[in-house]
Amino acid sequence: MLRILQFLYRIRAFILFVFLEVVAGWLIVTNNSPQGAAFFNSSNAVIASVLKKQADLVQFFSLAEANEELTEENAKILSTLFAYTQPADSAYLELDSLLEVSYQFRGARVIANSLRYSQNYITLNKGANDGVKPGMGVFNSEGVVGRVKSVSKNYSVAFSLLNTGLLVSSKIKSTNDIASVQWDGRDASEANLLYVPRHIKTQPGDTVVTSGFNSVFPEGIIIGIISEVNPDTEDPNYLKIRLKLKTDFSKIKYVYLVENTQYLEVDSLQQQSEVTNEF
Amino acid sequence: MNFRNLILFTLRLILLVLVQIFFLKNLALFGQAFAFLYLLGLLILPLNLRTIPLLLIAFGMGLVIDVFYETIGMHTAAATFMAFARPIWLKAVSPTGGYDDMQYPTLSEMGTGWFLSYAFPLVFAFSIVFFSIDHWGFGSFFSVLNKSFFSSTLTCLLAILVQLLFFKRRRGI
Repeated sequence: MLRILQFLYRIRAFILFVFLEVVAGWLIVTNNSPQGAAFFNSSNAVIASVLKKQADLVQFFSLAEANEELTEENAKILSTLFAYTQPADSAYLELDSLLEVSYQFRGARVIANSLRYSQNYITLNKGANDGVKPGMGVFNSEGVVGRVKSVSKNYSVAFSLLNTGLLVSSKIKSTNDIASVQWDGRDASEANLLYVPRHIKTQPGDTVVTSGFNSVFPEGIIIGIISEVNPDTEDPNYLKIRLKLKTDFSKIKYVYLVENTQYLEVDSLQQQSEVTNEF
Repeated sequence: MNFRNLILFTLRLILLVLVQIFFLKNLALFGQAFAFLYLLGLLILPLNLRTIPLLLIAFGMGLVIDVFYETIGMHTAAATFMAFARPIWLKAVSPTGGYDDMQYPTLSEMGTGWFLSYAFPLVFAFSIVFFSIDHWGFGSFFSVLNKSFFSSTLTCLLAILVQLLFFKRRRGI
């Protein structure tokens, strides 16, 4: 017995090492599972406030650029709005509940962002107090940015589209074929378009937009443009399609959060009828 | 180690962690070379420091960096691994005649050549562990190797520069 204890005492450093590595491994695993406890992350108040200070400082230097972007976008919105205003002399049709708006939008600022890992996250300066909920979609004027993962009182953390764990339901705009966009962990400006069957005719230059099927994003937000189409060498059923992402992830500053107010209803209906939404 | 040195080392560690968080967070040269400058804080701890406190310091530092980097566990695991490897590697690269009167494995005490042969493999081991975890399941082996090599080169370069610029020279040289 004494021998065993002596032996254990002699290798105490190694035992501590193994223990610490197991703790680290546990942290990695729990943090990466979507439902895992997200305690040690940047939506924690202290950490978020430090990151915010840093973002504030950096932001000061890019105010001019941000202003320009906002003006540009305002102009775009004004022009769309103009298209909706009815000229006085035309017939006016009242829209029924079929086309009722079920999406609500909020604005937020990015206070932390990463591109270089294979699991990238974005921290935003809006949280539960501003009505942000896990599962909301995130996009900006260029295109899709990601999806909210966890929320604290005043901050929230979102999966970036540059996260190998995030699939975005999408479709090819010209042909309406549904597919999924997933990042492969390499280039921050490119992603893969998955589950496109071989018989689909598509070519480089086609636009890929959100499909609206997973009730996170409204239909038609731009994701990217197809840059390469090849037959998949591993799976004979599908095409291998590369996508040039529209969003420049290295300089996102302001984003919009979108909430589908009828998400719960759709989701519970699907569960009730035992349909799994694969997109 | 006396009280004054203890304060000095604590301050150095805190300063390196702050620099890492505020300045080096989004730095990645050509998307390949990351700078893990805070590892310098672990590398220059006294030679006679025992493994257990070393492991705990590395674990703590890794966790702090992780919390700010959104990479929970990755820096922690890699830094702990490096701390465990350090005493073993120190034994392997000990100069002929042992370390006798030297206390710290710094550039000014040991010279550039020795420091490189001491720091580079350790940082490389750190990077291999770090990027393997990051690319888990997605990894192409070569991209891990590539990133590890360039990151450790950049880190060692920065470590040497920082020591040349900010550390006191030993008197008499």
